[in-house]
Amino acid sequence: MTPLLQVENISKYYGRRMGCADVWFDLYPGEVMGIVGESGSGKSTLLNCLAGQLTPDSGAVRFDTRADGLRDTVTMEEPERRMLGRTDWAFVHQNARDGLRMNVSAGGNVGERLMAVNARHYGKIRNAALDWLDRVEISADRIDDRPTAFSGGMQQRLQIARNLVTGPRLVFMDEPTGGLDVSVQARLLDLLRGLVRQMNLSAIIVTHDLAVVRLLADRLMVMKDGRVIETGLTDQVLDDPQHAYTQLLVSSVLQV
Amino acid sequence: MTDYNFAYLDEQTKRMIRRAILKGLAIPGYQVPFASREMPMPYGWGTGGVQVSAAVLTPDDTFKVIDQGADDTTNAVSIRRFFQKTAGVAVTEATAAASVIQTRHRIPEEPLTERQILVYQVPIPEPLRFLEPSEVETRNMHALEDYGLMHVKLYEDISRHGHIATAYAYPVRVEGRYVMDPSPIPKFDNPKLNMAAIQLFGAGREQRIYAIPPHTNVVSLDFDDYPFEPTKADHACDLCGASDSYLDELIVDDAGGRMFMCSDTDYCGKRRTNGHTGAQAAPTGEDAA
Amino acid sequence: MIRTENLAKSFTLHNQGSAEIRVISGASFTVAPGECVALVGASGAGKSTLMRMIYGNYLTASGRILVGGVDVASAAPREIILLRRRTLGYVSQFLRVVPRVPTLDVVAEPLLVNDTPHDDALAQAKTLLERLKIPQQLWSLSPTTFSGGEQQRVNIARGFVYPYPALLLDEPTASLDPANRATVLDLITEAKARDAAIIGIFHDDAVRRAVCDRELDVTLFTPEIVA
Repeated sequence: MTPLLQVENISKYYGRRMGCADVWFDLYPGEVMGIVGESGSGKSTLLNCLAGQLTPDSGAVRFDTRADGLRDTVTMEEPERRMLGRTDWAFVHQNARDGLRMNVSAGGNVGERLMAVNARHYGKIRNAALDWLDRVEISADRIDDRPTAFSGGMQQRLQIARNLVTGPRLVFMDEPTGGLDVSVQARLLDLLRGLVRQMNLSAIIVTHDLAVVRLLADRLMVMKDGRVIETGLTDQVLDDPQHAYTQLLVSSVLQV
Repeated sequence: MTDYNFAYLDEQTKRMIRRAILKGLAIPGYQVPFASREMPMPYGWGTGGVQVSAAVLTPDDTFKVIDQGADDTTNAVSIRRFFQKTAGVAVTEATAAASVIQTRHRIPEEPLTERQILVYQVPIPEPLRFLEPSEVETRNMHALEDYGLMHVKLYEDISRHGHIATAYAYPVRVEGRYVMDPSPIPKFDNPKLNMAAIQLFGAGREQRIYAIPPHTNVVSLDFDDYPFEPTKADHACDLCGASDSYLDELIVDDAGGRMFMCSDTDYCGKRRTNGHTGAQAAPTGEDAA
Repeated sequence: MIRTENLAKSFTLHNQGSAEIRVISGASFTVAPGECVALVGASGAGKSTLMRMIYGNYLTASGRILVGGVDVASAAPREIILLRRRTLGYVSQFLRVVPRVPTLDVVAEPLLVNDTPHDDALAQAKTLLERLKIPQQLWSLSPTTFSGGEQQRVNIARGFVYPYPALLLDEPTASLDPANRATVLDLITEAKARDAAIIGIFHDDAVRRAVCDRELDVTLFTPEIVA
């Protein structure tokens, strides 16, 4: 089976400081990969390199495009990469404000990706927006409200709807539950779990919260100081950690 | 020294502007940056249009200037006199007789021919500006044909007002590629953008020139279920009776009495000369000012 | 159906002076389809460890674990995920569930991920929950608030709802009363009848003798303690 994403030797340096180095992995359709590490571990740098937000200094990120098979997105032309970003890929930012247009209504936010790929029927666009607001549990009567009037959790759910409306196959998430209240986090995680299942999404989720990866990720990569120090099945890495740092991480989590 | 170079600008500047014009014609709808000069009029008074006119005028041209359709407003008169003085070209108020027409915010009612050039005065050339304030980002969007945001604007209009609320400066797509702001012409004029004449757009303050070559396909943006409608006041001209021209509305007394008249003064005058009358028409010949 | 070859396992606790604890060495055995093998041995001898290694939950230091032809010790993560979905079931000692998911959905899940139609899956889940005497009013609640015994029965329901060809059972009858214990024995017997290969840890002698065909003493695989 062809991997959906083939990551080969990705490195990114900031001057002489290493952001991340020598990252290799394959991601298959329907797999969710968690990347954990503490601040400064390089996980966000890695995610941004994979998602095309940063250009890595070396390495390839090959994505299985629908038309042409595996293509290296690092060397892809900008228009093609943008198109990918609008259709097959999605990026959920930690801060919903970075992933939404705050001066556009909720319906407009959700519909934008559709309009960007030439949806030209207002009624259908609005219906798709209503459908997705329902799926992320935002009440339909908020469709014309701006995200500035939403709570943090709602903004995050709106961001998810906005990203998933074009049925992407790969979702990048950067601390999707960061900064949210615990009960709001729980609801969001349930939503993400359900959507990943229903849509057979592949996802790469960066987080420092081990509970999030237990819940969402099939596989786990642990990063420290820019390098991947351990990788494997989520339950295996968390139940039978091999590396000293992983053992420290796991034993540091408070049991409630 | 009282002698001006022909049409005020020096030859090098004209060459620079002409290069920009040629590039604009080669890439219809694409905004070409140009080095806008200091003109003897402030920004916001048509310096872009004047610079383009100056660059294309030749001694044999006949020049017409309209401002919201009228030849006799202060600014139209000033610009016409400016070129009479600096270029010595013949001037006219008759659309059919002009070879170069400079316009502010209207397209003449009378169809233009392949012999003619229409020069528009443009305040803000960037159609995406109000949605995306960053120039870097809008340039990227044009380059990458990333126009989803444009339709978002129209979507927002419909969701808020029930219809697309843009009445002028209605965005268009040129040859299926660039999205363009046609300058603040009423949307009623948009269909006329498909014409036989050369159309040149000059924005002096923003330092951009763009162009539409003859017979270019220009489509107003819309939704399949909310199609573009070139609307105008549901009235006929009270002076000449025309029902197909864009109308100005005039309040005539303290009781709120109104009359509607063709915005295009030459068009209206010509119709009246040919015997057409409207509901409040004066006799043919001299018309009420 | 399940075969292990020369397995070894040790734990290295880096944060406690890199203490290395060797738990398993030279574990080789086979479980045939339709067989139920009990792992026996003193507490701490490595019974659960061995079971988790077979499931892929613990890494194997050396050796092979063949389940339905797949070597769990060296397989790629997605192969193990697929194996766990289709072939290898695991009823752990403690119920571990995603919070906030209703009991009915928890039990139906192994069927749903194997493309059983939704209504069908729920129907089968209900049947099993009835058999294990979980009251209907609890079906729409999350099992995280249930008693130990109820949780264990939900755990068992989830483990048996899908006909896994291979099953790992870790103390399946631990918190159950005699009636429910009997039900579990029936379930195991039925699984054997459809040729499932089963490995179980039963600390209850009677239960063990009732369903298991043979016993495997895990202390045989305990490495020599180096003096």
